[in-house]
Amino acid sequence: MSPSPKIESKPELDFGNAWDYATAPEGTQVVIQEKYGLFINGEFCPPRSKQFMDTVNPASEVVLAKIAIANHADVDLAVAAAKAAFPKWKRLKASERAKYLFRIARRIQERGRELAVLETLDGGKPIKESRDVDIPEAAKHFFYHAGWADKLDYAFPGLTGTPLGVCAQIIPWNFPLLMAAWKIAPALACGNTVVLKPAETTSLTALRLAEIFQEVGLPPGVVNIITGPGNSGAALAAHKDVQKLAFTGSTRVGKELARNLAGSGKRLTLELGGKSPNIIFEDASIDQAVDGVVQGIYFNQGHVCCAGSRLFVQEGIMEEVLARLAVRIASLRVGDPMDKNTDLGAINSLGQLATIKRYLEVGTAEGAHMHQSTAKLPKRGYWCAPTWFTEVQPSHTIAREEIFGPVLSVMSFRTPEEAITRANNTPYGLAAGIWTDKGSKIFEIASRLQAGVVWCNSYNRFDAASPFGGYKQSGFGREGGRQGLWSYLELKA
Amino acid sequence: MSTSARLGVLKTYKLFVNGAFPRTESGRTLAVVDTKGKLLAHVCHGSRKDLRNAVVAARSAAPGWAKRSAYNRTQILYRMAEMLEGKAEEFTRVLASTVPGGNRRAAKEVAAAIDRLVAFAGWADKFGQVLGNNNQVAAPFYNFTVAEALGVVCIVAPSEEPLLGLVSLLAPVICAGNTAVLLGSEAHPLATAIFGEVCATADVPAGVVNLLTGKRPELLAVMAGHRDVDGISAAGCSKAERTILELGAAENLKRVTVEKINGPAWYHETKMHAPYRIQPFVEMKTIWHPSGV
Amino acid sequence: MSIRTVDKVAVEARAASFQTRSIKNESKRQGLLMVTSMVDLTTLEGKDSAAKVRSLCQKAMLPDAALPHVPSVAAVCVYPRWVELARELLAGSGVKVASVASAFPSGQVDLATKLVDVRAAVQAGADEIDMVMHRGAFLSGQYEVVSAEIRAIKEACGGQHLKVILETGELETYDNVVRASELAIAAGADFIKTSTGKVQPAATMPVTLVMLETIRSHFLATGQMIGMKPAGGISRAKDALHYLVMVKETLGDAWLSAKWFRFGASSLLNDVLLQLHRLESGQYTAYYDVTES
Repeated sequence: MSPSPKIESKPELDFGNAWDYATAPEGTQVVIQEKYGLFINGEFCPPRSKQFMDTVNPASEVVLAKIAIANHADVDLAVAAAKAAFPKWKRLKASERAKYLFRIARRIQERGRELAVLETLDGGKPIKESRDVDIPEAAKHFFYHAGWADKLDYAFPGLTGTPLGVCAQIIPWNFPLLMAAWKIAPALACGNTVVLKPAETTSLTALRLAEIFQEVGLPPGVVNIITGPGNSGAALAAHKDVQKLAFTGSTRVGKELARNLAGSGKRLTLELGGKSPNIIFEDASIDQAVDGVVQGIYFNQGHVCCAGSRLFVQEGIMEEVLARLAVRIASLRVGDPMDKNTDLGAINSLGQLATIKRYLEVGTAEGAHMHQSTAKLPKRGYWCAPTWFTEVQPSHTIAREEIFGPVLSVMSFRTPEEAITRANNTPYGLAAGIWTDKGSKIFEIASRLQAGVVWCNSYNRFDAASPFGGYKQSGFGREGGRQGLWSYLELKA
Repeated sequence: MSTSARLGVLKTYKLFVNGAFPRTESGRTLAVVDTKGKLLAHVCHGSRKDLRNAVVAARSAAPGWAKRSAYNRTQILYRMAEMLEGKAEEFTRVLASTVPGGNRRAAKEVAAAIDRLVAFAGWADKFGQVLGNNNQVAAPFYNFTVAEALGVVCIVAPSEEPLLGLVSLLAPVICAGNTAVLLGSEAHPLATAIFGEVCATADVPAGVVNLLTGKRPELLAVMAGHRDVDGISAAGCSKAERTILELGAAENLKRVTVEKINGPAWYHETKMHAPYRIQPFVEMKTIWHPSGV
Repeated sequence: MSIRTVDKVAVEARAASFQTRSIKNESKRQGLLMVTSMVDLTTLEGKDSAAKVRSLCQKAMLPDAALPHVPSVAAVCVYPRWVELARELLAGSGVKVASVASAFPSGQVDLATKLVDVRAAVQAGADEIDMVMHRGAFLSGQYEVVSAEIRAIKEACGGQHLKVILETGELETYDNVVRASELAIAAGADFIKTSTGKVQPAATMPVTLVMLETIRSHFLATGQMIGMKPAGGISRAKDALHYLVMVKETLGDAWLSAKWFRFGASSLLNDVLLQLHRLESGQYTAYYDVTES
């Protein structure tokens, strides 16, 4: 057999339908109630506000359920329940507290499929991700922190920690159950009680978690879950009996909360936005680097605070990287999140889709070249094809602002020094990626990047044992690991 | 003091910025009197522009200071202790004459300040081991968390214990590899003014420690809102002052630590020498690296 | 030849990601038929006999009489002494005769002897030659020796199709696999093949992915297509489908053909047939539903 003749034009790979995958819908059925109340003092109760909002499946635009809107009176009730539960929970033998967390962890695993389906229905993320990442990681957070509950004396040698009291926790819509676990697990392990407010568009899994709290017999009031829009969260944050606020969300809201809390004496931790750099050096393992770039920006439709949204490629390999990137993106499957073969699901909400589209327009208007995968998008629902921009300049809006969608800005650099300078030239500092095969280069660059998490030859890896949190305007405080306990304890010599 | 007719030389103490002793750009001075109301000296009445210049100096010194070996920082902090020991008499005299409590109190404060520098000199190459660790993640990765300097930290020293307060707030900040812009005790500024001489002779690189004398109402809000400042350390603040700091800090989400330390607590070595007083002035960075050939 | 490296953890994670693809219904049926058409049905044992070769050839041409729509396999793969018989039995069927040659599996004879081996197989009517790379020379850095051997054997093939077996289980690292793949391609391999089946580990998904990515790099740089053959250890239909997923998503449609992708296997075919029976009947199957060749 003779090899194919050399060809003049650029060789292209064809990712067509010579053999296509049949749809593989996740079959698990979940029961969704028509209406959900608030979870206060161990019971679901109708909101004092008497108001409800719709929660919508972003992949079909179908209303899934009505979710209670908490007003000031509801916030008062929830905080009062958490306050009342605190003394007993605090006094409970630590090893017993640990067992509650272990129970929760186990039940999350056992109800994993149901939670994954619910997460995907409510949030639009691919079932593959909710099944393999969100839910297992949520369970892991409870397992990890369960073990800390009776070992806190060893966490900070020389110090004795006592719980703070009522913790208000406000979480975003990108990883609804996982963020609830990130917040609740360390708070409970340290002996605090909690009022959690999930994001407006994704409350269902948190409310399911409340059922698990009931199942495992968690004492009433230890965790309370109130739902509603931003106002409900603001009321919670401002409540006089709240000792600590943990917020994950946008830098804009984070700053607003920081201002509101100034002088209040309340503890605050913030996990905010990012515009994280992913840097590929010419000596990197290129194919794995490209996989990492794709994982970095298209995981969860780019609705990830630490998404590697700025790609810096050393000039000499730019062409090679772009060619591989195009090939890799061509194999991504966009569509029904409930299909087990879907790689990119729906954009979480109509509002977020509008934001992303605006950035696509701005990117093009400012002179960058837009490329999109040719994946066919469903008619109903909120969708954005995987997008990447070339010819991006560091001054472009799409190179500076967080888009929170599947949009990558590709830029070049010539020397390591230039890569570091460009990577750090942002008010954010959440995460960064470095791709090189040279160990000493890894360590030097990792130490000079201003980011709370640095992924070397990898991206978007998470673990309950691994502290996560930002430098600069990506917020302060850490979640996960030993350092994550710091924010939930009053520590004294 | 001589009782002869010779007229004493009245000194005007200058600021300490970028390793030099400039006068305030504002041309203003503040009189310092002793406990009996007698004029002792003048100090600079630092302005917002002086603060700005100090931040520029601190910023440009920050990468170099953070990159020095911890061992080297240990030696420089220890050198500061040595120089302070050498100036113990001068500090004791100045503090005794300006702060109620007399000579004995002053000597105790100076001794504690020297010991504090020695304690943090010892921490420079160890706090990372206490605050950081490796993490057992469930994947084939080597994962570790290290403490890194924040960058530029503004310090608001307390009015009480003018030397010990200053040293107590400064030592953890620079020990961690940050550079500092410090506003000294407003009530008793002489210790701050003279402390520049300690830094200048202790191999502290230019810009690592910058010392201002002046008034809180003029400078706190500027400090808090300055976007090129990464952290704030303060003690002896009123609720209103704390609010000003936290409100301004929200501008760029700088890390604010306001310690409540009073009277004898400044001398509590277990608390005051703990590595956890360094913790607010570091960022924890977590690094993942795959493990596999 | 570039010195391209592979990150082990990342490539293994990527390979594992193909296994999360859910292949159901019609795509499963199509996939199984495609797998069948890509099988190099293999017997490479000391106890091989004419009878064994006969039954293998029969199975190759008509894998399952009860499933007449199932295509014949791509080739049978035998030792050189059985080539002539296989040639005769398969005449007109479209099933190719592949022969291992060059002192399979160790390759530990001199080049002249290897060439005799290869020429004999070609002479006997082999369409395809599966040679073994000189791993001893490769691992001691004598790349030119390895290359020269492949070039010489390619020439001895006289236009017949050459598959170069890297024996990845002996190369140990993915970096070596890339280097060996590049070297084989540069020296004239039409196909690169993972293993002899005599060394563990034989074919794995990550090692195959690394080779597919090397083929992709070569194609993107030159436009020349190279074939790929994982061999050894692939015995379940489900695994074979995951290999197809990997080919589809790494190299695209063009490689989804027996011309560019083969499975070197002996027991895989029967598991594929059982799965096809299962799809036909809707019932779970028993071992006696397929024939042992």
